[in-house]
Amino acid sequence: MTKNSLRRINSLIELQKLIEFWAGKPRPEKIISLSSASCGRASGALKISSALDKCLRELNLTDRFELKLTGCHGFCQLEPDLVIFPEGYFYPSLYPEQVPAIVEKTLLAGEFLHEFAFKDQQSGKVYSRVFELPLYQKQLRWLLDAHLDLDPLSLEDYFAHQGFSALRKVLTWDNQEKVIDLITASGLRGRGGAGFPTGLKWRLARNVESQEKYLVCNGDEGDPGAYMDRGLLESNPFSVVEGMIIGGYAIGARKGFIYIRQEYPLAIERMEAVLRSCRQVGLLGEKILGTEFSFDLEIIRGAGAFVSGEETALIASIEGRRAFPRQRPPFPVVRGLFGQPTVINNVETWANVPLIIRQGPEWYSQVGTTTSKGTKIFSLVGQVRFTGLVEVPLGISIGEVVQEIGGGAPAGRKIKAVQTGGPSGGCLPTSMFNLPLDYEALQAAGTIMGSGGMIVLDDSTCLVDLALYFLKFASGESCGKCAPCRLGTVQMVEILERITRGEAQLSDLDRLEKLGRVMQKGSLCGLGRTAANPVLSGLRYFREEFETHVVRKQCPALVCRKLITYAIDREKCRRCYLCLKNCPFGAIKKEADGWPYVDEELCQSCGLCLNICPKEFDAIFKKPRYSEGGEGRMVDYENNQGLNRK
Amino acid sequence: MNRELKPLEKIKMLLSNYPKERHHLINFLHLIQDELGYLSEEAIELLSEHFSLSPAEIFGVATFYASFRITQPAEHEIQVCQGTACHVRGAEAILEEFSRQLDKHYGEQGWSSKVSLRKVNCLGCCAIGPVAVVDGQIESRMTLTKVREIVRRLYQKDNLEKIREQNDQE
Repeated sequence: MTKNSLRRINSLIELQKLIEFWAGKPRPEKIISLSSASCGRASGALKISSALDKCLRELNLTDRFELKLTGCHGFCQLEPDLVIFPEGYFYPSLYPEQVPAIVEKTLLAGEFLHEFAFKDQQSGKVYSRVFELPLYQKQLRWLLDAHLDLDPLSLEDYFAHQGFSALRKVLTWDNQEKVIDLITASGLRGRGGAGFPTGLKWRLARNVESQEKYLVCNGDEGDPGAYMDRGLLESNPFSVVEGMIIGGYAIGARKGFIYIRQEYPLAIERMEAVLRSCRQVGLLGEKILGTEFSFDLEIIRGAGAFVSGEETALIASIEGRRAFPRQRPPFPVVRGLFGQPTVINNVETWANVPLIIRQGPEWYSQVGTTTSKGTKIFSLVGQVRFTGLVEVPLGISIGEVVQEIGGGAPAGRKIKAVQTGGPSGGCLPTSMFNLPLDYEALQAAGTIMGSGGMIVLDDSTCLVDLALYFLKFASGESCGKCAPCRLGTVQMVEILERITRGEAQLSDLDRLEKLGRVMQKGSLCGLGRTAANPVLSGLRYFREEFETHVVRKQCPALVCRKLITYAIDREKCRRCYLCLKNCPFGAIKKEADGWPYVDEELCQSCGLCLNICPKEFDAIFKKPRYSEGGEGRMVDYENNQGLNRK
Repeated sequence: MNRELKPLEKIKMLLSNYPKERHHLINFLHLIQDELGYLSEEAIELLSEHFSLSPAEIFGVATFYASFRITQPAEHEIQVCQGTACHVRGAEAILEEFSRQLDKHYGEQGWSSKVSLRKVNCLGCCAIGPVAVVDGQIESRMTLTKVREIVRRLYQKDNLEKIREQNDQE
């Protein structure tokens, strides 16, 4: 497809003809789809693409086979991967040397190369086609399926996927109320975390009388461990744009902003290119498609502040101020950006809009629970065998996602909990794995749906350490405007640090709970109100683990560094002395008989020895620093601060 | 673009056809940082005139956000992701090892002007963690031994340049 074929589209009929033309165009013999979003690129996708390109050119095959650089295919741990259509052959974790064989055998001879296929180490099963992969079972990929064979930057390809047909449909109705009714009937709720009904939000904004109204796409995906929005923005940016144009039409806005965090340069780059194409053909700008409706979009680059994901803080940030949240009400639908009514929706919410319009609200609301409809994208990561971006019908149980889609724990490990909602969410133990993914059910269990981070934790994760991690994050990202959040998070960090050092008392646990409740009630914005959730849910489901730290001064997961040390297994050690030579603290010494041993007084538990000990020996292991009851050798941390030096 | 133009003059030129509404401020701070590598005092002065805001106000905005820097960047930048998925796979130990290795190669006092070592919040590459970004290049599945290789490589590269410079002078 040539990039310069973009001509202005002057009417809805022309648009309809274009969509029909591109959708009906015969497809090339084979489509080679290479996942090349950020993770793919980090794993070398561009090397694969140039090798493929070279190979196809040399053999004069560019007319027969089309190489597409698509967005994220979803199986992130196997990047860079290749899917060959129409068969759907799947080649994972490629390196450039494999390319000629694939071109020769699979493309030209139509054979599948089993030696390159994805093999499940545990079952030994080999998978040849993409939809047979274990990760894709049980998913309902309404939004994500397009990522497999859509060129994110090509308007023509988006047309071929029925792109902008929803916009066309909406503009022919000439009835804004009908659009809002339809979104309301679908039961779509905000995918950013809080789950406010999208239709209602639009209606509220529409009903406010005002000259100017604004739309915002919240792409400030700050939750550590979540990347659904990046996936959507990099893989199908047109769908977000189409959703926003429809939203602008429905509420009567002429201008929208797409706020993308600065850490996602590729998403920004692709969105910029997509907006240019839309303006060029008249899908954005004055009098869109020859109608009376005008609308334009502007990209705002975030600047690295987690709090800007909060809607009032986001507004301040777009206005060029520090991202301080403010008291609500008035809600942004009444007084938002520049004091005007503003609808703020998450990336995934906007991407759902064209789908709902195309397929109808009845179709959409078939899936889900009574209060939560449709699908939700999660980034399934952590200690699970298959990690990636997955889209599931709401109402599916957490256990199904973790065990069946994620494939359960890696060999020899045991899953302990699932963390959803990032720093605003909480951990759910395996006993809660029957819980359906539903906004209300998760909230009642002490966590939140959040924007879609789902981090699986196994027995090597310490819940105290994890709570400390999230609270450190929250205290660092707290904007400092209100006291419960600014002071509460710091207090919590201090108490949790005491626990991880084995210096806390049992009353500290009650103090944490009390503090958490004050923060929930007293904080100004969502960041502060939810910041205590990781601690509170930890105490609710894993209190025993907290108590073990306090009373026995032991970390059951052997994570908290002040409570563990290392030792050498003489039966496995081959006396290569690698550990001894590399220990940064000189804590590994030789016995008189030549065996190395760890001097626990000097050991700072950095773990380098464990890492450097050759895998085939595996002679170094972790152990509790203190024996039962907290006796044992004490180390003078005050005077031995080798690690804390900055 | 004209290569002869000094960075500050270039900023002046960019500003001259840039709208004066405040909501362009953050985008423009990004532009300046892309150009200069940091937000210098002179640049903030220029912005303050353009947007009719006090330098203190602009300074306040710039320092609120983690992306902006008000000091000159080091030659190399190492960012270690501290996202949740990276954290549970040992990102903290990676950061410490970087610091230790930099101490070892560049000397304990000497590396802050050469290399800046920073934590970043999630880079969104959670499935391939722990992740570090070395001079803009994403390094996936970091281990302590990989840290050593990276620092050694950086140090050797720096020293090669030094050796070349010495040769040129001779």
